[in-house]
Amino acid sequence: MARADTTVPPGHPLDPAGRTVLTAGDVARALRRIAHEILEHNKGADDLVLLGIPSRGVELASRLAGLIREVEGVVVPSGSLDATMHRDDLRSQPTRALMHTEIPAGGIDDKVVVLVDDVLYSGRTIRAALDALSDLGRPRAVRLAVLVDRGHRELPIRADHVGKNLPTAQSEKVQVRLSGFDGGSDVVRIAEGEDR
Amino acid sequence: MNRHLLSSSDLTRDDVRMLLATAAEMHEVQRRDVKKLPTLRGRTVINLFFEDSTRTRSSFEIAGKWMSADTINITGKGSSASKGESLRDTVRTIDAMAVDALVIRHMASGAAHQVSQWVDASVVNAGDGTHEHPTQALLDAYTMEQRIGSLDGARVAIVGDLTHSRVFRSNAITLRTLGAQVTLVAPPTLMPSGIGEWARADGLELTDDLDSVLASGPDAVMMLRVQRERMSGGFFPTAREYTIGFGLTRDRLWALTAANPNAVICHPGPMNRGLEISADAADAAQSLVLDQVSAGVAIRMAVLYHLLAGEGAAA
Repeated sequence: MARADTTVPPGHPLDPAGRTVLTAGDVARALRRIAHEILEHNKGADDLVLLGIPSRGVELASRLAGLIREVEGVVVPSGSLDATMHRDDLRSQPTRALMHTEIPAGGIDDKVVVLVDDVLYSGRTIRAALDALSDLGRPRAVRLAVLVDRGHRELPIRADHVGKNLPTAQSEKVQVRLSGFDGGSDVVRIAEGEDR
Repeated sequence: MNRHLLSSSDLTRDDVRMLLATAAEMHEVQRRDVKKLPTLRGRTVINLFFEDSTRTRSSFEIAGKWMSADTINITGKGSSASKGESLRDTVRTIDAMAVDALVIRHMASGAAHQVSQWVDASVVNAGDGTHEHPTQALLDAYTMEQRIGSLDGARVAIVGDLTHSRVFRSNAITLRTLGAQVTLVAPPTLMPSGIGEWARADGLELTDDLDSVLASGPDAVMMLRVQRERMSGGFFPTAREYTIGFGLTRDRLWALTAANPNAVICHPGPMNRGLEISADAADAAQSLVLDQVSAGVAIRMAVLYHLLAGEGAAA
Protein backbone atom coordinates (compact mmCIF):
# COMPACT_ATOMS: atom_id res chain seq x y z
CA MET A 1 0.00 0.00 0.00
CA ALA A 2 1.58 3.27 -1.05
CA ARG A 3 0.60 5.86 1.53
CA ALA A 4 1.59 9.42 1.03
CA ASP A 5 2.87 10.19 4.50
CA THR A 6 6.60 9.96 3.98
CA THR A 7 8.51 12.91 5.30
CA VAL A 8 8.78 15.72 2.81
CA PRO A 9 12.11 17.59 2.94
CA PRO A 10 12.19 21.31 3.76
CA GLY A 11 11.31 23.59 0.86
CA HIS A 12 10.10 20.70 -1.33
CA PRO A 13 8.48 22.33 -4.39
CA LEU A 14 4.72 22.83 -4.40
CA ASP A 15 2.71 21.32 -7.22
CA PRO A 16 1.92 24.31 -9.48
CA ALA A 17 -1.39 22.68 -10.52
CA GLY A 18 -2.61 22.61 -6.90
CA ARG A 19 -5.07 24.99 -5.29
CA THR A 20 -4.55 26.85 -2.04
CA VAL A 21 -6.92 25.82 0.75
CA LEU A 22 -5.31 27.64 3.68
CA THR A 23 -3.40 30.90 3.39
CA ALA A 24 -0.83 32.16 5.90
CA GLY A 25 -3.61 34.12 7.62
CA ASP A 26 -5.84 31.03 7.80
CA VAL A 27 -3.00 28.98 9.34
CA ALA A 28 -2.30 31.69 11.92
CA ARG A 29 -5.99 31.94 12.90
CA ALA A 30 -6.37 28.16 13.11
CA LEU A 31 -3.32 27.81 15.36
CA ARG A 32 -4.51 30.65 17.59
CA ARG A 33 -7.88 28.96 17.98
CA ILE A 34 -6.22 25.58 18.71
CA ALA A 35 -4.04 27.21 21.38
CA HIS A 36 -7.18 28.61 23.03
CA GLU A 37 -8.97 25.26 22.75
CA ILE A 38 -6.07 23.40 24.36
CA LEU A 39 -6.05 25.85 27.28
CA GLU A 40 -9.81 25.81 27.64
CA HIS A 41 -9.98 22.04 27.62
CA ASN A 42 -7.10 21.73 30.09
CA LYS A 43 -8.47 24.57 32.27
CA GLY A 44 -5.14 26.39 32.06
CA ALA A 45 -1.61 25.45 31.12
CA ASP A 46 -0.80 23.20 34.09
CA ASP A 47 0.99 19.94 33.24
CA LEU A 48 0.76 20.54 29.48
CA VAL A 49 3.53 19.13 27.26
CA LEU A 50 3.45 19.68 23.50
CA LEU A 51 5.14 17.04 21.34
CA GLY A 52 5.42 17.66 17.63
CA ILE A 53 5.70 14.80 15.16
CA PRO A 54 8.62 15.43 12.77
CA SER A 55 9.07 17.29 10.67
CA ARG A 56 6.39 19.97 10.43
CA GLY A 57 4.58 18.92 13.59
CA VAL A 58 7.62 20.07 15.57
CA GLU A 59 7.38 23.53 14.04
CA LEU A 60 3.64 23.62 14.80
CA ALA A 61 4.19 22.50 18.41
CA SER A 62 6.72 25.22 19.06
CA ARG A 63 4.37 27.82 17.51
CA LEU A 64 1.52 26.62 19.71
CA ALA A 65 3.81 26.90 22.75
CA GLY A 66 4.53 30.49 21.72
CA LEU A 67 0.81 31.28 21.35
CA ILE A 68 0.02 29.72 24.72
CA ARG A 69 2.67 31.89 26.30
CA GLU A 70 1.08 34.99 24.74
CA VAL A 71 -2.35 34.05 26.06
CA GLU A 72 -1.51 32.58 29.42
CA GLY A 73 1.93 33.99 30.21
CA VAL A 74 3.21 30.49 30.92
CA VAL A 75 6.00 28.66 29.11
CA VAL A 76 4.70 25.23 28.13
CA PRO A 77 7.43 22.66 27.37
CA SER A 78 7.52 21.59 23.74
CA GLY A 79 9.55 18.85 22.08
CA SER A 80 9.47 16.27 19.33
CA LEU A 81 8.54 12.61 19.06
CA ASP A 82 9.72 10.47 16.16
CA ALA A 83 7.67 7.29 15.82
CA THR A 84 9.54 5.77 12.89
CA MET A 85 10.77 2.77 14.88
CA HIS A 86 7.18 1.97 15.88
CA ARG A 87 5.62 2.16 12.41
CA ASP A 88 3.79 -0.84 11.01
CA ASP A 89 4.77 -0.11 7.40
CA LEU A 90 8.56 -0.23 7.74
CA ARG A 91 8.75 -3.37 5.66
CA SER A 92 6.80 -1.96 2.73
CA GLN A 93 9.20 0.90 2.00
CA PRO A 94 12.92 1.57 1.74
CA THR A 95 14.46 2.09 5.18
CA ARG A 96 13.48 5.45 6.59
CA ALA A 97 15.96 7.82 8.17
CA LEU A 98 15.16 8.50 11.81
CA MET A 99 14.11 11.95 12.93
CA HIS A 100 15.01 13.56 16.22
CA THR A 101 13.11 12.79 19.43
CA GLU A 102 13.42 15.36 22.16
CA ILE A 103 11.40 14.96 25.33
CA PRO A 104 11.35 18.13 27.49
CA ALA A 105 13.32 17.91 30.75
CA GLY A 106 10.27 17.37 32.98
CA GLY A 107 9.40 14.14 31.15
CA ILE A 108 5.85 13.07 30.34
CA ASP A 109 4.82 11.08 33.43
CA ASP A 110 1.45 12.36 34.72
CA LYS A 111 1.49 15.17 32.17
CA VAL A 112 -1.16 16.04 29.61
CA VAL A 113 0.64 15.39 26.35
CA VAL A 114 -0.66 17.08 23.23
CA LEU A 115 0.63 15.41 20.07
CA VAL A 116 0.88 17.89 17.20
CA ASP A 117 1.03 16.99 13.52
CA ASP A 118 0.39 18.80 10.28
CA VAL A 119 -1.93 16.37 8.48
CA LEU A 120 -4.08 13.59 9.95
CA TYR A 121 -4.73 10.95 7.30
CA SER A 122 -4.70 7.16 7.88
CA GLY A 123 -4.00 7.54 11.61
CA ARG A 124 -1.09 5.13 11.42
CA THR A 125 1.54 7.71 12.34
CA ILE A 126 -0.47 8.62 15.43
CA ARG A 127 -0.86 4.96 16.39
CA ALA A 128 2.92 4.58 16.15
CA ALA A 129 3.36 7.77 18.17
CA LEU A 130 1.07 6.47 20.92
CA ASP A 131 3.18 3.31 21.11
CA ALA A 132 6.40 5.33 21.19
CA LEU A 133 4.92 7.46 23.95
CA SER A 134 4.13 4.48 26.13
CA ASP A 135 7.81 3.47 26.01
CA LEU A 136 8.79 6.90 27.32
CA GLY A 137 6.45 7.13 30.27
CA ARG A 138 2.84 7.30 31.32
CA PRO A 139 1.07 10.58 30.58
CA ARG A 140 -2.13 11.37 32.48
CA ALA A 141 -3.84 12.02 29.16
CA VAL A 142 -2.87 12.26 25.50
CA ARG A 143 -4.59 14.62 23.08
CA LEU A 144 -4.10 15.20 19.40
CA ALA A 145 -3.97 18.54 17.59
CA VAL A 146 -3.62 18.70 13.80
CA LEU A 147 -3.56 21.53 11.32
CA VAL A 148 -5.50 19.57 8.69
CA ASP A 149 -7.73 16.53 8.99
CA ARG A 150 -8.10 15.10 5.49
CA GLY A 151 -10.15 12.00 6.40
CA HIS A 152 -9.64 8.42 5.15
CA ARG A 153 -8.84 7.00 8.57
CA GLU A 154 -7.75 3.37 8.71
CA LEU A 155 -7.75 3.17 12.51
CA PRO A 156 -10.13 4.33 15.24
CA ILE A 157 -8.23 7.55 15.90
CA ARG A 158 -9.57 11.12 15.93
CA ALA A 159 -8.12 14.53 16.63
CA ASP A 160 -9.19 16.64 19.64
CA HIS A 161 -8.24 19.89 17.96
CA VAL A 162 -8.43 20.43 14.21
CA GLY A 163 -7.34 23.53 12.31
CA LYS A 164 -9.35 22.64 9.20
CA ASN A 165 -11.39 19.64 8.13
CA LEU A 166 -10.52 19.11 4.50
CA PRO A 167 -12.52 16.58 2.51
CA THR A 168 -10.11 15.03 0.00
CA ALA A 169 -9.94 12.17 -2.45
CA GLN A 170 -7.27 9.56 -1.80
CA SER A 171 -5.84 10.36 -5.21
CA GLU A 172 -5.06 13.86 -4.00
CA LYS A 173 -2.12 15.09 -1.97
CA VAL A 174 -2.17 17.73 0.74
CA GLN A 175 0.93 19.90 0.76
CA VAL A 176 1.77 21.86 3.92
CA ARG A 177 4.56 24.44 3.90
CA LEU A 178 5.52 26.37 7.03
CA SER A 179 7.68 29.50 7.04
CA GLY A 180 9.90 28.39 9.93
CA PHE A 181 10.65 25.03 8.31
CA ASP A 182 10.35 25.49 4.55
CA GLY A 183 11.02 29.21 4.18
CA GLY A 184 8.52 31.40 2.30
CA SER A 185 5.11 31.86 3.87
CA ASP A 186 2.70 29.37 5.40
CA VAL A 187 0.39 27.65 2.94
CA VAL A 188 -1.69 24.48 2.62
CA ARG A 189 -2.53 23.26 -0.88
CA ILE A 190 -4.31 20.32 -2.49
CA ALA A 191 -3.10 18.79 -5.74
CA GLU A 192 -3.51 15.60 -7.72
CA GLY A 193 -0.88 12.96 -7.16
CA GLU A 194 0.80 10.76 -4.61
CA ASP A 195 3.41 12.55 -2.52
CA ARG A 196 2.32 15.38 -0.28
CA MET B 1 23.18 0.58 1.70
CA ASN B 2 23.84 -2.94 0.49
CA ARG B 3 22.15 -6.00 1.89
CA HIS B 4 25.35 -6.99 3.69
CA LEU B 5 27.94 -5.05 5.67
CA LEU B 6 31.20 -6.79 4.83
CA SER B 7 33.69 -3.98 4.46
CA SER B 8 33.91 -0.34 5.43
CA SER B 9 34.43 0.37 1.75
CA ASP B 10 30.83 -0.78 1.12
CA LEU B 11 29.68 2.43 2.77
CA THR B 12 29.45 5.75 0.97
CA ARG B 13 29.82 9.00 2.85
CA ASP B 14 26.02 9.35 2.87
CA ASP B 15 25.65 5.82 4.27
CA VAL B 16 28.09 6.58 7.09
CA ARG B 17 26.41 9.90 7.87
CA MET B 18 23.00 8.21 7.97
CA LEU B 19 24.27 5.42 10.25
CA LEU B 20 25.90 7.91 12.62
CA ALA B 21 22.72 10.02 12.74
CA THR B 22 20.63 6.93 13.44
CA ALA B 23 23.08 5.87 16.14
CA ALA B 24 22.70 9.26 17.84
CA GLU B 25 18.95 8.66 18.14
CA MET B 26 19.56 5.09 19.35
CA HIS B 27 21.96 6.43 21.96
CA GLU B 28 19.02 8.39 23.40
CA VAL B 29 17.02 5.17 23.69
CA GLN B 30 19.84 3.79 25.82
CA ARG B 31 19.15 6.45 28.45
CA ARG B 32 15.47 5.55 28.79
CA ASP B 33 13.86 3.39 31.44
CA VAL B 34 12.25 1.17 28.82
CA LYS B 35 14.98 0.24 26.37
CA LYS B 36 12.80 -1.58 23.89
CA LEU B 37 11.64 -0.77 20.38
CA PRO B 38 9.30 -3.01 18.36
CA THR B 39 11.13 -2.33 15.10
CA LEU B 40 12.61 -5.76 14.37
CA ARG B 41 9.87 -7.87 15.93
CA GLY B 42 9.81 -11.30 14.32
CA ARG B 43 13.36 -11.01 12.94
CA THR B 44 16.06 -13.43 13.93
CA VAL B 45 19.69 -12.40 14.28
CA ILE B 46 22.35 -15.06 14.77
CA ASN B 47 25.70 -14.09 16.26
CA LEU B 48 28.17 -16.64 14.97
CA PHE B 49 31.48 -16.15 16.75
CA PHE B 50 34.47 -18.33 15.99
CA GLU B 51 36.76 -16.05 17.99
CA ASP B 52 36.58 -14.76 21.55
CA SER B 53 34.77 -11.49 22.04
CA THR B 54 33.16 -9.63 24.90
CA ARG B 55 32.05 -6.25 23.66
CA THR B 56 31.27 -6.94 20.03
CA ARG B 57 29.18 -10.01 20.67
CA SER B 58 27.32 -8.65 23.68
CA SER B 59 26.64 -5.33 21.96
CA PHE B 60 25.22 -7.03 18.86
CA GLU B 61 23.07 -9.17 21.13
CA ILE B 62 21.82 -6.20 23.15
CA ALA B 63 21.25 -4.17 19.98
CA GLY B 64 19.08 -6.89 18.50
CA LYS B 65 17.16 -7.42 21.72
CA TRP B 66 16.44 -3.74 22.27
CA MET B 67 14.86 -3.67 18.83
CA SER B 68 12.84 -6.82 19.63
CA ALA B 69 14.68 -9.17 17.27
CA ASP B 70 15.31 -12.68 18.52
CA THR B 71 19.07 -12.97 18.93
CA ILE B 72 20.91 -16.22 19.36
CA ASN B 73 24.62 -16.66 20.04
CA ILE B 74 26.59 -19.51 18.57
CA THR B 75 30.27 -19.86 19.33
CA GLY B 76 32.81 -21.98 17.51
CA LYS B 77 33.50 -23.82 20.71
CA GLY B 78 30.43 -25.85 21.63
CA SER B 79 28.96 -25.87 18.10
CA SER B 80 29.26 -28.55 15.45
CA ALA B 81 32.30 -26.71 14.14
CA SER B 82 34.26 -28.31 16.97
CA LYS B 83 33.18 -31.70 15.60
CA GLY B 84 34.82 -30.85 12.32
CA GLU B 85 31.89 -29.36 10.37
CA SER B 86 33.06 -26.99 7.66
CA LEU B 87 32.22 -23.28 7.80
CA ARG B 88 30.09 -23.68 4.70
CA ASP B 89 28.00 -26.45 6.22
CA THR B 90 27.63 -24.59 9.52
CA VAL B 91 26.37 -21.37 7.94
CA ARG B 92 24.12 -23.14 5.45
CA THR B 93 22.58 -25.11 8.30
CA ILE B 94 21.86 -21.90 10.19
CA ASP B 95 20.60 -20.19 7.04
CA ALA B 96 18.19 -23.07 6.44
CA MET B 97 16.40 -22.02 9.64
CA ALA B 98 15.30 -18.86 7.81
CA VAL B 99 17.24 -16.36 9.87
CA ASP B 100 17.33 -12.71 8.82
CA ALA B 101 20.86 -11.71 9.73
CA LEU B 102 24.10 -13.49 10.39
CA VAL B 103 26.66 -11.55 12.39
CA ILE B 104 29.93 -13.38 11.93
CA ARG B 105 33.38 -13.21 13.47
CA HIS B 106 36.00 -15.56 12.14
CA MET B 107 39.76 -15.89 12.31
CA ALA B 108 40.08 -16.15 8.51
CA SER B 109 40.33 -12.91 6.55
CA GLY B 110 37.54 -12.81 3.99
CA ALA B 111 35.30 -15.23 5.90
CA ALA B 112 32.33 -12.83 6.03
CA HIS B 113 32.55 -12.19 2.29
CA GLN B 114 32.72 -15.88 1.58
CA VAL B 115 29.76 -16.62 3.85
CA SER B 116 27.68 -13.93 2.13
CA GLN B 117 27.95 -15.97 -1.10
CA TRP B 118 26.48 -19.01 0.59
CA VAL B 119 23.46 -17.67 2.49
CA ASP B 120 20.24 -15.72 1.92
CA ALA B 121 20.48 -13.83 5.22
CA SER B 122 22.10 -10.40 5.55
CA VAL B 123 25.70 -10.87 6.64
CA VAL B 124 27.42 -8.45 9.00
CA ASN B 125 31.17 -8.70 9.35
CA ALA B 126 32.02 -8.52 13.05
CA GLY B 127 35.72 -9.07 12.41
CA ASP B 128 37.39 -11.37 9.90
CA GLY B 129 40.98 -12.26 10.71
CA THR B 130 43.30 -9.35 10.05
CA HIS B 131 41.03 -7.90 7.38
CA GLU B 132 38.14 -5.69 8.55
CA HIS B 133 35.82 -4.79 11.40
CA PRO B 134 33.46 -2.21 9.93
CA THR B 135 31.12 -1.67 12.91
CA GLN B 136 34.13 -0.89 15.11
CA ALA B 137 35.18 1.81 12.66
CA LEU B 138 31.66 3.27 12.72
CA LEU B 139 31.53 3.39 16.49
CA ASP B 140 35.00 4.93 16.67
CA ALA B 141 33.96 7.63 14.21
CA TYR B 142 30.75 8.20 16.16
CA THR B 143 32.59 8.49 19.49
CA MET B 144 35.19 10.86 18.11
CA GLU B 145 32.57 13.09 16.48
CA GLN B 146 30.60 13.28 19.72
CA ARG B 147 33.65 14.78 21.40
CA ILE B 148 35.57 16.73 18.76
CA GLY B 149 32.88 17.54 16.20
CA SER B 150 32.96 16.78 12.49
CA LEU B 151 35.83 14.57 11.35
CA ASP B 152 35.97 16.34 8.00
CA GLY B 153 39.51 17.72 7.94
CA ALA B 154 40.33 16.36 11.42
CA ARG B 155 43.77 14.78 11.91
CA VAL B 156 43.75 11.25 13.31
CA ALA B 157 46.79 9.10 14.11
CA ILE B 158 46.44 5.32 14.28
CA VAL B 159 49.30 3.78 16.22
CA GLY B 160 50.61 0.29 16.81
CA ASP B 161 50.25 -3.22 15.51
CA LEU B 162 48.89 -2.47 12.04
CA THR B 163 49.88 -5.81 10.54
CA HIS B 164 47.48 -7.79 12.71
CA SER B 165 44.76 -5.14 12.97
CA ARG B 166 41.38 -5.33 11.25
CA VAL B 167 40.30 -2.33 13.32
CA PHE B 168 42.94 -0.11 11.70
CA ARG B 169 41.96 -1.11 8.16
CA SER B 170 38.27 -0.38 8.66
CA ASN B 171 39.03 2.78 10.58
CA ALA B 172 41.37 4.11 7.94
CA ILE B 173 38.68 3.56 5.27
CA THR B 174 35.82 5.10 7.26
CA LEU B 175 37.92 8.05 8.43
CA ARG B 176 38.93 8.77 4.83
CA THR B 177 35.29 8.43 3.76
CA LEU B 178 34.41 11.13 6.29
CA GLY B 179 37.25 13.37 5.08
CA ALA B 180 39.73 12.98 7.95
CA GLN B 181 43.51 13.05 7.46
CA VAL B 182 44.94 9.76 8.62
CA THR B 183 48.50 9.10 9.79
CA LEU B 184 49.57 5.50 10.41
CA VAL B 185 52.32 4.95 12.94
CA ALA B 186 54.00 1.57 13.42
CA PRO B 187 57.42 0.00 13.80
CA PRO B 188 58.63 -1.19 10.38
CA THR B 189 58.08 -4.81 11.41
CA LEU B 190 54.39 -4.17 12.15
CA MET B 191 53.69 -2.03 9.07
CA PRO B 192 51.71 -4.31 6.69
CA SER B 193 53.72 -5.31 3.66
CA GLY B 194 52.49 -3.66 0.48
CA ILE B 195 50.66 -0.88 2.31
CA GLY B 196 52.53 1.78 0.35
CA GLU B 197 50.33 1.51 -2.72
CA TRP B 198 47.10 1.78 -0.71
CA ALA B 199 48.56 4.67 1.28
CA ARG B 200 49.44 6.54 -1.90
CA ALA B 201 46.08 5.88 -3.52
CA ASP B 202 44.05 6.84 -0.45
CA GLY B 203 46.22 9.63 0.94
CA LEU B 204 47.34 7.91 4.14
CA GLU B 205 50.59 9.08 5.75
CA LEU B 206 53.03 6.45 7.01
CA THR B 207 55.67 6.93 9.69
CA ASP B 208 57.53 5.19 12.49
CA ASP B 209 58.12 8.35 14.51
CA LEU B 210 55.36 8.56 17.12
CA ASP B 211 56.87 11.49 19.00
CA SER B 212 56.82 13.87 16.06
CA VAL B 213 53.24 12.84 15.23
CA LEU B 214 52.15 13.63 18.79
CA ALA B 215 54.09 16.91 18.76
CA SER B 216 52.09 17.97 15.68
CA GLY B 217 48.94 17.95 17.86
CA PRO B 218 46.55 15.53 16.13
CA ASP B 219 42.84 15.76 17.02
CA ALA B 220 42.64 12.07 17.89
CA VAL B 221 45.10 9.29 18.62
CA MET B 222 43.93 5.71 18.27
CA MET B 223 46.09 3.14 20.01
CA LEU B 224 45.86 -0.44 18.74
CA ARG B 225 46.21 -3.55 20.81
CA VAL B 226 49.40 -5.56 20.34
CA GLN B 227 47.90 -8.84 19.18
CA ARG B 228 50.26 -11.36 20.65
CA GLU B 229 47.89 -14.23 19.89
CA ARG B 230 48.34 -13.60 16.18
CA MET B 231 52.13 -13.19 16.35
CA SER B 232 54.30 -16.10 15.41
CA GLY B 233 57.69 -14.44 15.22
CA GLY B 234 59.83 -11.68 16.60
CA PHE B 235 58.11 -8.46 15.64
CA PHE B 236 59.87 -6.52 18.37
CA PRO B 237 62.67 -7.54 20.76
CA THR B 238 60.89 -7.04 24.10
CA ALA B 239 57.62 -5.61 25.38
CA ARG B 240 59.61 -2.91 27.13
CA GLU B 241 61.24 -1.84 23.90
CA TYR B 242 57.84 -1.67 22.16
CA THR B 243 56.52 0.56 24.93
CA ILE B 244 59.53 2.87 24.69
CA GLY B 245 59.08 3.32 20.95
CA PHE B 246 55.32 3.07 20.41
CA GLY B 247 53.46 3.04 23.74
CA LEU B 248 51.31 5.97 24.81
CA THR B 249 53.23 6.56 28.01
CA ARG B 250 52.58 9.27 30.57
CA ASP B 251 55.28 11.45 29.01
CA ARG B 252 53.72 11.07 25.58
CA LEU B 253 50.27 11.85 27.01
CA TRP B 254 51.71 15.13 28.31
CA ALA B 255 53.39 15.84 24.98
CA LEU B 256 50.09 15.26 23.18
CA THR B 257 48.02 17.46 25.49
CA ALA B 258 50.68 20.17 25.35
CA ALA B 259 50.47 20.16 21.55
CA ASN B 260 46.66 19.93 21.42
CA PRO B 261 44.71 20.27 24.70
CA ASN B 262 41.54 19.04 22.97
CA ALA B 263 43.04 15.85 21.58
CA VAL B 264 41.22 12.61 22.37
CA ILE B 265 42.52 9.06 22.84
CA CYS B 266 40.80 5.91 21.58
CA HIS B 267 41.50 2.24 22.01
CA PRO B 268 39.28 -0.49 20.59
CA GLY B 269 39.92 -2.74 23.60
CA PRO B 270 40.84 -5.00 25.18
CA MET B 271 43.79 -2.91 26.39
CA ASN B 272 47.21 -4.21 27.31
CA ARG B 273 47.85 -1.66 30.03
CA GLY B 274 51.53 -0.90 30.35
CA LEU B 275 52.28 -2.19 26.85
CA GLU B 276 50.68 -0.04 24.14
CA ILE B 277 48.89 2.33 26.52
CA SER B 278 49.77 3.45 30.03
CA ALA B 279 47.19 3.53 32.80
CA ASP B 280 47.57 7.32 32.89
CA ALA B 281 46.53 7.61 29.25
CA ALA B 282 43.80 4.96 29.45
CA ASP B 283 42.12 6.68 32.39
CA ALA B 284 42.82 10.28 31.32
CA ALA B 285 40.02 12.76 30.76
CA GLN B 286 40.99 12.63 27.07
CA SER B 287 40.35 8.90 26.90
CA LEU B 288 37.20 7.78 25.05
CA VAL B 289 37.60 4.10 25.80
CA LEU B 290 34.37 3.71 27.78
CA ASP B 291 32.46 6.04 25.45
CA GLN B 292 33.47 3.69 22.64
CA VAL B 293 31.89 0.74 24.44
CA SER B 294 28.76 2.75 25.18
CA ALA B 295 28.46 3.75 21.51
CA GLY B 296 28.87 0.12 20.42
CA VAL B 297 25.26 -0.80 21.09
CA ALA B 298 23.87 2.33 19.41
CA ILE B 299 25.97 1.76 16.27
CA ARG B 300 24.95 -1.88 16.02
CA MET B 301 21.29 -0.94 16.45
CA ALA B 302 21.70 1.52 13.59
CA VAL B 303 23.35 -1.13 11.39
CA LEU B 304 20.71 -3.78 12.11
CA TYR B 305 17.95 -1.21 11.57
CA HIS B 306 19.23 -0.16 8.16
CA LEU B 307 19.94 -3.73 7.04
CA LEU B 308 16.74 -5.35 8.30
CA ALA B 309 13.90 -2.86 8.75
CA GLY B 310 13.10 -1.68 5.24
CA GLU B 311 11.68 -3.35 2.16
CA GLY B 312 14.05 -5.58 0.29
CA ALA B 313 15.60 -6.75 3.54
CA ALA B 314 16.39 -10.44 3.62
CA ALA B 315 13.23 -12.33 4.49
